[in-house]
Amino acid sequence: MTGKRSLPNIAELMRPSDRAVQVSLITVAAVAVAVLASMFLVAATGGSPGDAAEALYTGSIADTAAWSETLKAATPLLLVALGACISNRAGVFNIGQEGQLLLGAGVAAYVALHLALPGFLVMILSLLAGALAGGLWSGASAVMNYTRNVNIVVSTLLMSFLAIQLVSFAVTVPWLLQAPRASADSIASSESAQLPPEVRIPGFGEYPALEIGGGLIVSIVLTIVLGVLLARSRWGFRLNMLGLNPLAARHAGVRASWLGGSALALSGAFAGLAGAVILSGQVFRLQPALSNNFGWDGLLVALIARSRPIAAVPVALLFGALRSGSSFLASTGVPNYLVDIVQALLVLAFVVPPVLARVRSRGRAEAAAPPSEPVPAATTEPEKVTA
Amino acid sequence: MIGTDEITTIVASSLRLTAPLAFAACGEYLAERAGTQNISVEGMMLGGAFGSVAVASTTGSATTGLIAGAIVGLVVGWVHGNLSHRIQINTFVVGLVLNALVLGLTSFLIAISEFNSNQVAQLSIPGLREIPILGPLFEQRWPMYLLLLLVPLTWWLVERSRWGLNLRAIADNPQAADVTGLKVKKLRRQALLYCGVLSGLGGAYLATAEVGSFNMNMTAGRGFIVIAAVIFGAWRLKGTLIGCLVFGFADALRLALPALGFELNSQLLVAAPYLMALLAMMLFASKNREPRALGKPFVRGIT
Repeated sequence: MTGKRSLPNIAELMRPSDRAVQVSLITVAAVAVAVLASMFLVAATGGSPGDAAEALYTGSIADTAAWSETLKAATPLLLVALGACISNRAGVFNIGQEGQLLLGAGVAAYVALHLALPGFLVMILSLLAGALAGGLWSGASAVMNYTRNVNIVVSTLLMSFLAIQLVSFAVTVPWLLQAPRASADSIASSESAQLPPEVRIPGFGEYPALEIGGGLIVSIVLTIVLGVLLARSRWGFRLNMLGLNPLAARHAGVRASWLGGSALALSGAFAGLAGAVILSGQVFRLQPALSNNFGWDGLLVALIARSRPIAAVPVALLFGALRSGSSFLASTGVPNYLVDIVQALLVLAFVVPPVLARVRSRGRAEAAAPPSEPVPAATTEPEKVTA
Repeated sequence: MIGTDEITTIVASSLRLTAPLAFAACGEYLAERAGTQNISVEGMMLGGAFGSVAVASTTGSATTGLIAGAIVGLVVGWVHGNLSHRIQINTFVVGLVLNALVLGLTSFLIAISEFNSNQVAQLSIPGLREIPILGPLFEQRWPMYLLLLLVPLTWWLVERSRWGLNLRAIADNPQAADVTGLKVKKLRRQALLYCGVLSGLGGAYLATAEVGSFNMNMTAGRGFIVIAAVIFGAWRLKGTLIGCLVFGFADALRLALPALGFELNSQLLVAAPYLMALLAMMLFASKNREPRALGKPFVRGIT
């Protein structure tokens, strides 16, 4: 391996740090700052930080009903984060999960509503179709990247907006997914019909006592499988190699277009599956607002977890708790957008410290051995230079 | 039947919708020519829009609001620069988090505050505004004319000034530029500050000149369209502005078509600019016209 400095940043974020103690100390401090800053914001705008914190607690983990809501919100976040772990490890940065998720939900809805097969089979098929749709959608970005050199970050983002418009379109045309009108003179709604009960993902336990959705169980299993694969398998090793040092990976015989492209497609498949799980486990009808920022937040979960699937579980739970708690914020007069601020600050609090520690130690190393004298700046006259 | 009046309306609204994009696109263009791919331009615009409305409402002066919008954009650019080019967190991660943070902050603040609507004055150029079809060009909110200053300024900065020469050098080969004594990270931070000011102005224009108030997430992806416009324009200022015009026109068409009696699906029309951007990227991106080190973090000594 070459020196550490040659590693791309995003990859460095994912490695367990050597300076674990220092990093965790700064992280704790940074999280404290993030929470304090959010509470300060509440106080400064005339709210009561205590009430806000209490509302968040009541809505997220105070009793089993709140826990059910938290788990419900955490499930799609975890699924999206798992996908992001795969692509981030390979060094391809997918930020189009929001669209992939929604498109997955759309295709899953189409399968669930139009396929005449036994209910259980339809449920499985619609989940698979959702994953496939998400995978194809992000796979298109991979194809664009490796054949036409289109930037993955930008293309996944733009594809995301396309998917959102496509789903909005699909629920306004009767022959696609729009729900049939109740009567001739009622207004046509822009959402799909409700999924029949037999094609919904079954839940375990009983609401308002602790209810665990089938989607959560699937995602926990996937987490363990993926965690083992990434840490132990040849595929996981190659993925890491590609992300950490693409040049070395190429020399070792890794086909970047194939491995990176399939990683991107897989991350989209996880997002699509998340959409299908939201649809057939929670919402039961396709609405344009179904994605509800789950795609964006799932990506943030993966960032905090530094692309380690197992670590994504507690982070997804934390974000799920914030989400379910936010519904109780309104009663305290604090807008529930506070949660978005807390989430963004938390990401910074987890992402900054390791990088900071690395930069500081590098700064010390550079101070100890200063670089050679810089060559005097070129004296080209700017006026003579043309584009 | 489409008459002169309708064409005039479409021309006018195309311009109106292009202007905020063009402001931000000038900034993003300069930042990308310096080698930073800045996806927080969305957050800069949204922050600028909020700042301008907040200040315009409290001071009663839309012009002060416009300046405040630019300052908010500057702050976002400063934070972005420090995170991505001082301590070197992945620039896309930084952009993503900043977008989320600005969206959360502005949504939070607008939910608990009330602002008077406040619009900047219209400035008409007598005589010229009587010209058919092109008349509306000369009857715009005055910040539109600021563009006439900022576009040549941006061009001059990038293509003719020593600073711009340095920016282009660090965008193509930061390691070589570093050896000649250029401060790569500092220059990129400066480029981001410029981008922040102009994107903030773009958002402020949207809020104070076009709409007159602030709505939650009012930029609604315009920042990403701006990035697409820079790519559409193959990293040239002229092309970038044409890209903005195309997107502005598509938007204007979407608004105008129902009034003209055309039955067109509005969702598919909203999607059209994004589709065009993707097609443009597939046409242009492979021509190797982008700065060679675009979006790559600068690490000293490794090529």
